Amino acid sequence: MKIITASALASIQDSGRLGYRSMGVGRNGVMDSWALQAGNALMKNEANEPAIEIALGELTIQFEESVCFCLTGALYEAYLDDQRVPCYWRINAKAGQTLKLLRPLQGMYTYLCVHGGFEIEPVLQSISTNLKAGFGGFEGRYLKADDTLTVKTESSLPVIGVARLAPTDVIRVIKSSEYDCFTESSQQAFETQPWKLQSNSNRMGYRLEGTTALEFSEPVQMSSHGVDIGMIQVPPQGQPIVLMADGQTTGGYPKIATVINADIGLMAQIRFGKACQFVVVSLEQAIHKQQKRQHYIDQIKEYANEN
Amino acid sequence: MELQWQICSETNLALFFPKPITLEKQQKCWALSDSIQKMPEVIEVVIGMNTLSVFILPLTWAKLNIFKDKLSALLNDIPSKTIQGKHVEIPVHYGGKYGPDLAAMANDLNLSVEAVVELHTKATYTVYFIGFQPGFPYLGGLSESLYFPRHAIPRTQVPAGSVGIGGEQTGIYPFASPGGWQLLGQANTALFDSTKTSPTLLNAGDTLTFTAIDIHQ
Repeated sequence: MKIITASALASIQDSGRLGYRSMGVGRNGVMDSWALQAGNALMKNEANEPAIEIALGELTIQFEESVCFCLTGALYEAYLDDQRVPCYWRINAKAGQTLKLLRPLQGMYTYLCVHGGFEIEPVLQSISTNLKAGFGGFEGRYLKADDTLTVKTESSLPVIGVARLAPTDVIRVIKSSEYDCFTESSQQAFETQPWKLQSNSNRMGYRLEGTTALEFSEPVQMSSHGVDIGMIQVPPQGQPIVLMADGQTTGGYPKIATVINADIGLMAQIRFGKACQFVVVSLEQAIHKQQKRQHYIDQIKEYANEN
Repeated sequence: MELQWQICSETNLALFFPKPITLEKQQKCWALSDSIQKMPEVIEVVIGMNTLSVFILPLTWAKLNIFKDKLSALLNDIPSKTIQGKHVEIPVHYGGKYGPDLAAMANDLNLSVEAVVELHTKATYTVYFIGFQPGFPYLGGLSESLYFPRHAIPRTQVPAGSVGIGGEQTGIYPFASPGGWQLLGQANTALFDSTKTSPTLLNAGDTLTFTAIDIHQ
């Protein structure tokens, strides 16, 4: 398939690059792993099959072969030729047809998954794009006009649709190692006030702003230590940053909390200028929620395999 | 010395050695990392500056607690590991547009710009670990007179090659990225190449000195 126009931020991502953090090479991979997993389950793919991640602008693709695809994650206004494409449905495209993604109607990151996956060589054992260092995915960069991606299998599958996870602005977190370094009123403010997503947020970090800045009981200077997606760092000025998929491998700012695995994909879908609300849950609850999400994926898998 | 593993996420546990930063504690981190990496629950271990982070597979609540106990048992008698690394010299343009924080930092430290550069180039640094971004070396051995806090608000864009100071650490940004360190200068040595079998120029245990190409005002 060929990219005709690309004003959207579109990159190839899988579930992430593991095992290279000790070289400073981070995870990368999708912003919303539940959306990728749902798409791959619907496509009868392996859970880690890479997809095109699309954010914000327009992307037009021409199919050069018959391809079974689906869109998951953010709800994009999309058309196959003149036909509206519903998200979370298997769609069969024929050679010569054009898929046009116009704009996200709800959420930030959409995934275009294809049955059988794309033919792309992994770099350091992953097909995710490291945009900063410029390797992996498709030439280590965002897709642009005239790029051609090879789909491994020509195919069509019965058309079925599945449910998506309901979007939410209530994001669950667990306390992190420096939670107790914050004043009691800041711990309270963290949970009670809305946190607005700043427009300078990106795949690396979500910068949040609240009316009350978070304060430390006393200044904290930490040494750099391993960090991961979902961790909420608080620089001295008191406005938190949530580390996202392209987050660095180590950082030195204190961490008040961590977005739970079950909710990090939903956090990724919050749009610039919109606010989220944090709720602290126990680690035990976090693990339970993760298992519930896995159950949702397993259900899609089962339904997709029967059809 | 009371050491304790802290849970930072469902799949991440961290161990922090108390300050001050020493090479001896780092050698314990290197040794611990070797034994933890062999545990079946572990995906990878990240060594930090006198700290260690363990990334694990998602576990059930009960298994996570058992795993934490297994990790804690390792703290009873921590071995040490020494690494005989190579030595690398990195030429740096200090100050001016290359090091936008150098003059202000020197001023705050009551030192001349030249004295800061002198202190920064005089030391032999040990690579304690590679982190933050591909090939970024975190260096121990910074002169105490140059310890300096990070920016209160991190820059959204630090140029590739920037040499900076963050607290008690110094290092080099291999790629452009956001960052909160005080920028002293810029190097143009390639620190990472994904096509090589060993993609990083530097590894933990290597030593490094900076040399001044020039000091810009």
